[in-house]
Amino acid sequence: MKVFGATSTLGVLILLAVQSIASAQGTFDRTKPPELGPPPRVSLPPILTRQLPNGLKLMIVEQHELPLADFVLLVGSGGTVDPAGKTGVANLTSSMLREGTTTRKSLDIADQVAFLGINLSPTSSWESSTLSLHTPTAQLDSALALFADVALHPSFPANEFERIRKTRLTELLQLRDQGPAIANIAFPAIIYGSGHPYGLPLIGSEGSVKSLTTADLLSYYQTNFRPNNATLIVVGDVNPAQVEQKINTLFGNWERGDLPQLNYSEPPKSGTTTIYLIDKPGAAQSSFRIGSVGVPRSTRDYFALTVMNTILGGSFTSRLNQNLREARGYTYGAGSRFDMRRAAGPFTASAEIVSAKTDSALLEFMKELNGIRQSVPPDELSRAKRYLQLQLPGNFETTQQIAGALVPVALYGLPLDYYNNYVQNIEGVTQADVARVAQQYISPGSLAVVIVGDRKTIEQGLKAINVGAIAIRDIAGQPIQ
Amino acid sequence: MKKNPLLVALCYLIIGTLGAACADAQATPRIQFEKYRLPNGLEVILHEDHSTPIVAVDTWYHVGSGDEQVGRTGFAHLFEHIMFMGSQNVPVGAFDQMLEAAGANNNGSTTEDRTNYYETLPSNALQLALWLDADRMGFLLPTMDLPKVNLQRDVVKNERRQRVDNVPYGRADEIILAALYPKTHPYSWPVIGSMSDLSAASLADVQNFFKTYYAPNNATLTIAGDFDPSTVKKLVALYFGSIPRGPEVKRRLTVPAVAIPRDTFLVLEDKVQLPRLFYTWHSVKGFSKDDAALDILAQIIANDKNSRLYKKLVYDLQIAQNVSAGQDGSRLDGKFQIDVSPKPGQKVADIDRIVQTEIAGVISGGVTQRELQRAQNLYKASFLNRLASVLGKAEVLNSYNYFVGNPDYVQQDAARYERVTAADVQRVAKTYLGRPKIVLTVVPEGKKDMMLTASGGDR
Repeated sequence: MKVFGATSTLGVLILLAVQSIASAQGTFDRTKPPELGPPPRVSLPPILTRQLPNGLKLMIVEQHELPLADFVLLVGSGGTVDPAGKTGVANLTSSMLREGTTTRKSLDIADQVAFLGINLSPTSSWESSTLSLHTPTAQLDSALALFADVALHPSFPANEFERIRKTRLTELLQLRDQGPAIANIAFPAIIYGSGHPYGLPLIGSEGSVKSLTTADLLSYYQTNFRPNNATLIVVGDVNPAQVEQKINTLFGNWERGDLPQLNYSEPPKSGTTTIYLIDKPGAAQSSFRIGSVGVPRSTRDYFALTVMNTILGGSFTSRLNQNLREARGYTYGAGSRFDMRRAAGPFTASAEIVSAKTDSALLEFMKELNGIRQSVPPDELSRAKRYLQLQLPGNFETTQQIAGALVPVALYGLPLDYYNNYVQNIEGVTQADVARVAQQYISPGSLAVVIVGDRKTIEQGLKAINVGAIAIRDIAGQPIQ
Repeated sequence: MKKNPLLVALCYLIIGTLGAACADAQATPRIQFEKYRLPNGLEVILHEDHSTPIVAVDTWYHVGSGDEQVGRTGFAHLFEHIMFMGSQNVPVGAFDQMLEAAGANNNGSTTEDRTNYYETLPSNALQLALWLDADRMGFLLPTMDLPKVNLQRDVVKNERRQRVDNVPYGRADEIILAALYPKTHPYSWPVIGSMSDLSAASLADVQNFFKTYYAPNNATLTIAGDFDPSTVKKLVALYFGSIPRGPEVKRRLTVPAVAIPRDTFLVLEDKVQLPRLFYTWHSVKGFSKDDAALDILAQIIANDKNSRLYKKLVYDLQIAQNVSAGQDGSRLDGKFQIDVSPKPGQKVADIDRIVQTEIAGVISGGVTQRELQRAQNLYKASFLNRLASVLGKAEVLNSYNYFVGNPDYVQQDAARYERVTAADVQRVAKTYLGRPKIVLTVVPEGKKDMMLTASGGDR
């Protein structure tokens, strides 16, 4: 594949360092780890960019390893523009794309997808909706025609919507069975409240899903699915000129539209650290989601936060996982993440903890969330930086991975050489930077601690450790009346 | 930058448009490889791919939960965890620390039949992976102690909670296995094992298991990616060559007969809102004569919007939330499963009537050419997708090497699915789904009367 390597100006491929092998053969000493040669230099995929007259942006990357191609139509709107009281519109609109077009019925689309041996999957998130196509290039023309039809001419048939609605309502009912899923919905509801879009569930609520109509979906679609709000990412075994021509033919008549202005209200100020306990009688584990409102993707501290979080909970050897899993065996895995969006997304530390260790685990979480605010030892810092830098090539191996890596570039307007400068930007993060961002963005005194578990067996222990007041909430994270 | 000439040829060969000939348009590429054996018995498979400067190191040990003793279920998987806890020259915690500092991703997994350990890492760090993997293959026991075992015992118990006990319908699988297979059958218990057996595992068990199964002559080391083969062969010899051969490993070649004289109806109460039906038939082992036809049958019955059961139950009548089907062919035996989730207020007996009718329809009327073609095309594409990463290719090589004794099998495997005819699908439906089955209904706590019984049953 052409993504990295000797053909590019930056990339020089260095295999194993010759001298370290020679010395190993001469005096082989199993007690010492091998000395490694310098890592392969990495340069990132040349990204060809184009724009159609209607505003649709194209990003094309050639990758000829296998006769496969990936297309991702990225629309820059999602759940954050759901109208008040109609949460779930963006998500259900995406779900409905494959349920009929002006010329194809739902079952015909499914038949084509299977017959072509392709994947055609719509998703929607907070600020984006995507339609992804993964296809063998032997089927490229037929697959692309289907992809464009589904993207541009959905008909939102009423009977199909009733079926999708029933399915969604059943999914919402079944969520009650799953502690981790309850925690994932309750945590943002608690830190953002219902006045901020990030506090509302993307998949909607029982009330909103019942109230929606196909007119709501159509209105959302017509407003937001516009070429001047979209990027089409193409990665794979394609000829750029040919594929551009095909896209022109299929998407050239897509009409521009006026896009709504995005307005985010301020999230509520966080109070003192509080434990929000949601009862899940008989749960074998307690689902922990601990955190607060974090940062937007545009933060200047992106790289410092990435390094800091890698140390705290972003890798297997991170402090949270080492402590809660590898030292104490309280969980199968613990971690943390900053979910960065157009506005400040959540910072979340999480784990599924054996019920009997719920209180002990919370103390360890608090210890690590405090500890990361102290200075990080140089070797730990260096390890995290190497991990982030050296993993990069492996993240650009397949067409699907490359297409996925381009989504944030398109969505957040990152520079096209973003990944080429990634290694250098990580390298620039200092010990002081890590301490500063930890102190600025992790505030152990004002965290929301959401725990979904067996109240009967865990509440007393949580009271006794005195980490914060306990508030009992329902499965949506709301106060119980 | 070298490229596989065959792949280049393919890229240009297959520009065609879709028509009835779609299924003929895309051949599955061969994976070039070299296979050899060290004097101590370690099998080595090498596959060069310089397209990305990374390399996958994928070691398969020929042992799985099917090799466990009664009273020690879950041990093979517990042992897998212990393999990451350091060895004679690698202190506790250093295994992952060194790999992450080198930019590696690593993990392992255990099935009924085999255990794998893999690293994907930048090509300059290949030597580190070989050193670490050799140390745990040759020198695990000198620093092994009970605290390491106890720690991973707790982690694995939490893995079980997270994957089984705290998951709706999570315990269905172990109930079904115990009902389907006789107690002495190696697939009659789940890979994750039981809590009490995990509690019982001792340090001596770890030592014995290692001595019995974790020797070079019971493993295959596959390296795929960006490396120089002559250098790598020297390194493999250097790190692994002096690890002594272990005793010959005797693994079972046959399993006790499975006899299900009549339909068996079971019920499990769980913390769930809605019941779910699980149908299980004894079928055939992987790669055996009818295995591919059963895979195709599963696709035609339930894994697509146009499939028989999905269309009827989920799409047309809308009395089920979901339905899925699968042929699960392992090394020594296999099963075929269908599960259906009724929508709220729907009776499992009504669902069951349709399931029976649709299966009977396939048995009596067969399947259409279009149904067959859709399923075959999906399989064809899936073979291509498995070759997209170096780890994927290492797994493909290891898998064929282990299950059919030949790493060079991806094209033959793809051909198995191409050869399936509509008559084959009808025949395997009749042969295997015509047999008595195990039917488990998972019901909400206190609602045992919702279960499906021989007479239909539910109220």
